[in-house]
Amino acid sequence: MNFDDTPAEATFRAEVRAWIDANAPMELKADLESAGFGSLEMKGVDAMSVSKAWQKKKADAGWACLHWPTEYGGRGATPIERVIWGQEEGPFGALGGVFIIGHGMCGPTVMAFASEDQKRRYLPPLAAGEEIWCQLFSEPAGGSDLAGLRTRAEPAPDGSGDWIINGQKIWTSGAHYSDMAILVTRTDATVPKHKGLTMFFLSMKTPGIEIRPIKQANGQSGFNEVYFTDVRIPGDQRLGAVGDGWKVSLTTLMNERLSIGSGMSTGFPELFELCSRIETENGLAVDDPAVRSKLATWAVRTTGLKYTGFRALSALSRGETPGPENSIGKLVAGPTMQEIAMFAEDLQAQAGIISDPEIATANGRFQAMLLRSPATRVEGGTDEILRNIIAERVLGLPADIRVDKDVPFNQIPTSARA
Amino acid sequence: MNFEFSDEQKQMGAEARRFLAAKCPTTAVRAVLESAEPYDKALWAGLAEMGFLGIVIPEAHGGLGLGYLELCVIAEEMGRALAPVPFSSSVFVATEFLLVAGSEAQKAAWLPKLAAGEAIGTFAHAERAGAVTPKTIQLSASEGRLMGAKTAVADGEIADFAIVSARAAPGSDARGVSLYLVDLRQDAVTRTTLQTIDPSRGHARLDFTGAVAEPLGAPGEGWSILEQVFDRAAILTAFEQIGGADRALEMARDYALERMAFGRPIGSFQAIKHMLADMYVSATLARSNGYYGAWALSTGASELAEAAATARVSATQAFQHCAKNNIQVHGGMGFTWAFDCHLFYRRSNLLALNLGSQSQWEDKLIARMRARNTAAA
Repeated sequence: MNFDDTPAEATFRAEVRAWIDANAPMELKADLESAGFGSLEMKGVDAMSVSKAWQKKKADAGWACLHWPTEYGGRGATPIERVIWGQEEGPFGALGGVFIIGHGMCGPTVMAFASEDQKRRYLPPLAAGEEIWCQLFSEPAGGSDLAGLRTRAEPAPDGSGDWIINGQKIWTSGAHYSDMAILVTRTDATVPKHKGLTMFFLSMKTPGIEIRPIKQANGQSGFNEVYFTDVRIPGDQRLGAVGDGWKVSLTTLMNERLSIGSGMSTGFPELFELCSRIETENGLAVDDPAVRSKLATWAVRTTGLKYTGFRALSALSRGETPGPENSIGKLVAGPTMQEIAMFAEDLQAQAGIISDPEIATANGRFQAMLLRSPATRVEGGTDEILRNIIAERVLGLPADIRVDKDVPFNQIPTSARA
Repeated sequence: MNFEFSDEQKQMGAEARRFLAAKCPTTAVRAVLESAEPYDKALWAGLAEMGFLGIVIPEAHGGLGLGYLELCVIAEEMGRALAPVPFSSSVFVATEFLLVAGSEAQKAAWLPKLAAGEAIGTFAHAERAGAVTPKTIQLSASEGRLMGAKTAVADGEIADFAIVSARAAPGSDARGVSLYLVDLRQDAVTRTTLQTIDPSRGHARLDFTGAVAEPLGAPGEGWSILEQVFDRAAILTAFEQIGGADRALEMARDYALERMAFGRPIGSFQAIKHMLADMYVSATLARSNGYYGAWALSTGASELAEAAATARVSATQAFQHCAKNNIQVHGGMGFTWAFDCHLFYRRSNLLALNLGSQSQWEDKLIARMRARNTAAA
């Protein structure tokens, strides 16, 4: 039992470190290290252009999407090499935020289901950050119950083999700056809901697409509503067979939970630092037994997640597939971050209400955490969906009894307008 | 990165699991729970024969001379089986005291007997309700004789010797606390069996009326030695707790699959599924933290004290969480004497206290993190 790299891993790490030291935008390092929650703000620079520049630089030198095959813009690296890259990239990894959905979810789906020509056309610019992708899945009537989605795809009446899309998507991250998207639609409403879905990819510049940002509860706008009015998609941009959209989307979602769940922050180091300098009636907060008891609970969750990750890495390092234990990441980190934010506010007492980063304690970090953390518990699978997944796929408990399982989709009761 | 037990270590665990499945079904735990027998003597002899009582004891002293990773693997299996034997007292605590602070003569006298199961050792520390601190150590040592009483001593009724914390110098600070090795088979020691929350493990009050005692470690070093030994024992106990938590989770899962209500298995209800998922989360975090402790113990890392408190706090949470919700999943049947749920519930709450309370370990963890941060700054 040790944390050491194998000789091959150590050689790779040295190579990565040397390249990053020579090429990374060091002038942004300080800003990136103190980046807040849900936003990337750097004084005097445009986040999108520096993100794209870094991604292109990486791609040109063969450091983009490391685990993808080289012919699609990757490096053909092993999973553990990808992890080592991430460790060494450190704060500069935050510049990859706008590419996460494309690299983590859309790319793998395209790779699994598109034609060879399409993969060679679309994957390299996706890897290089030249084309940004988003994922058009959730709908007002289909969130946790994704298969309840209602956006329709119908064969074009002109017999061209194209498809005509009408409907609405919601919670689409980055739709407003994306070039391409994957889209799951309903192609048959007369069969049970999981059987009537079909997946496509399309250009976000296609006529008939309208994008409206959603103003979030925390005041930011990272997500959008996307409306489709008679949007035409060429027939060869279908991913998987007609009616197989559910199976295709599971490929995407498995990748989503892997990329969202890995290495998530709980906010514990920040809280510990706060407790080490904020005064209570009886001295420093960190010396108060009641505070220590709470800190200890969050400390062991945080270290537990860290070492659960190390166990998964060990499996990767041996060339094995990590076990299901990694599925606990977001389920632990999300609620913990919310509890920590609330406790950090409590320690600040009345002044804890101040969120202005210029004057608030810890640059308003905890206030931002407080207001952002509800989203972490919902996005990419709610806490409740994650518990279902653990119960069913890890512990082998039966799936919930579904009253809509064998009912044609157009006969399922719904609270949404058809 | 190789944050995992080796195949040989896993094989050793599998061997222990097979052995315990045969020799220590829960009927064996109940036999101790329900009778005046203080422990399962046949099981103890079997464990000695397997070599499990001397895993980390050097070969020169009759042990196997293996490492702590091997012992962690065995500890987990002992916890799964709720083994009703003085394993933790003799192996996690008494052996560690001798290895950490024993003189060559003390090691030569006791380690071979501990390894062979011919002697049982324990530790006598608490004197009253409340956290044990240097101030609460009132049992006095003077000219090699002990006067006073210790309570809630694990295996106190059967142990051949105990390491006893005593006040050797006036005052109330840690420097006045020394440790003594006491042969309990003398007239000046009176043992009184105590009724406890988990009678599958025996506990006693020990009264010392001028008992002959020999120092263990240097005078005044008692508190610092026992902190070291508690850290080591906490990591080993964490594996015992992890084993118990896993078994309690499996019992709950199996029952949820088999028990029908409202025309369906209760495991298909989200209320039950989510409870089980949360138990899985606790058990997984505890296992990962336990690995951290095992790594620190086996390598003697500078983070040993912090890793020990981390493993301990996490494992106590997990075993208590899994054991109490195992009863909840079983419903009324879980509260019957006949079902095994209460055996795990009892043991989880016993282990939560046997090296100090959860709040003491929480306090230690944060104090140690703070010390590391201060040193780094």
